[in-house]
Amino acid sequence: MSHAYTWGAILFVVLASVTGDVLLARAMKQVGDVGELRRRSSLLAVLARVLSNPWCLLGIVAMSVAFFSLLFGLSWGDVSLVAPASASLTFVGNAAAAKLFLHERVDRRRWIAAALVACGVAFLAG
Amino acid sequence: MGPRKAGGFHGGCSRESLGIPVTFRKYLVLAGVALFASIGDSLLSRGMKEMGAVSLSHPQSLILAVLNPWIILGILFLLGFFASYMTALSWADLTYVLPATSIGYVLLALIAKFLLHEQVTLLRWVGILLIAVGVSLVAGGPELTHRQAESPIPESELAAARSEQ
Repeated sequence: MSHAYTWGAILFVVLASVTGDVLLARAMKQVGDVGELRRRSSLLAVLARVLSNPWCLLGIVAMSVAFFSLLFGLSWGDVSLVAPASASLTFVGNAAAAKLFLHERVDRRRWIAAALVACGVAFLAG
Repeated sequence: MGPRKAGGFHGGCSRESLGIPVTFRKYLVLAGVALFASIGDSLLSRGMKEMGAVSLSHPQSLILAVLNPWIILGILFLLGFFASYMTALSWADLTYVLPATSIGYVLLALIAKFLLHEQVTLLRWVGILLIAVGVSLVAGGPELTHRQAESPIPESELAAARSEQ
């Protein structure tokens, strides 16, 4: 039973963090290059600009859901399973989600990189 | 060593006056993402091991977890991760930032081996090698998808063709 709980938590973490990553990436593309903005305005103004973006707030909500489900998962299963499994599945999920929702050019180089990192992270659990 | 030329401030070379090339600053932000994430995660896992299992019928014990000093430190590191991660996402694609910062897993394994004297198995070294290859593959490519391609052949495909030779 605890096995099913652990994998349930992992899947929940993956779903929530892919959603959060896509929302945050969209928000920060709308905000623009933070380095450039900092050169023209104060840190507080940049922070206000970032935090007033609705996608950013939704992304933070999704990331907090992912964070708390990760805490649940870590208390049920081994770190060496929960952390790498959720991370490697998130890599593959993000590559697909970035292509679908953000229209990023996920070329062969990036697919291979995402797959290699996902495999590598899974091996770390061994 | 000489005094900075007054014209440097008002001329069209504000970027040069920073002294550090922009690409170096960007790699610094990516390194920050990797470091904050890996250290933050290990602090959290240490804290949660002290807490013991959290049961679904008593989710309020999760609130108690936030009082554990390891968890507090872990959350501080994850805030640092969040700031550098958002900065990176403001100028780079999601599919660039994620593999590029996964070098943190390699760092974590090296810390485990040389600082914590943990046993790092052959399978883990294989995993570290795969991650390193993935990171170098994506770090050598373009960081941002350009919405309007100026050249008929995108830069990324040119680079991919070059690496296949």
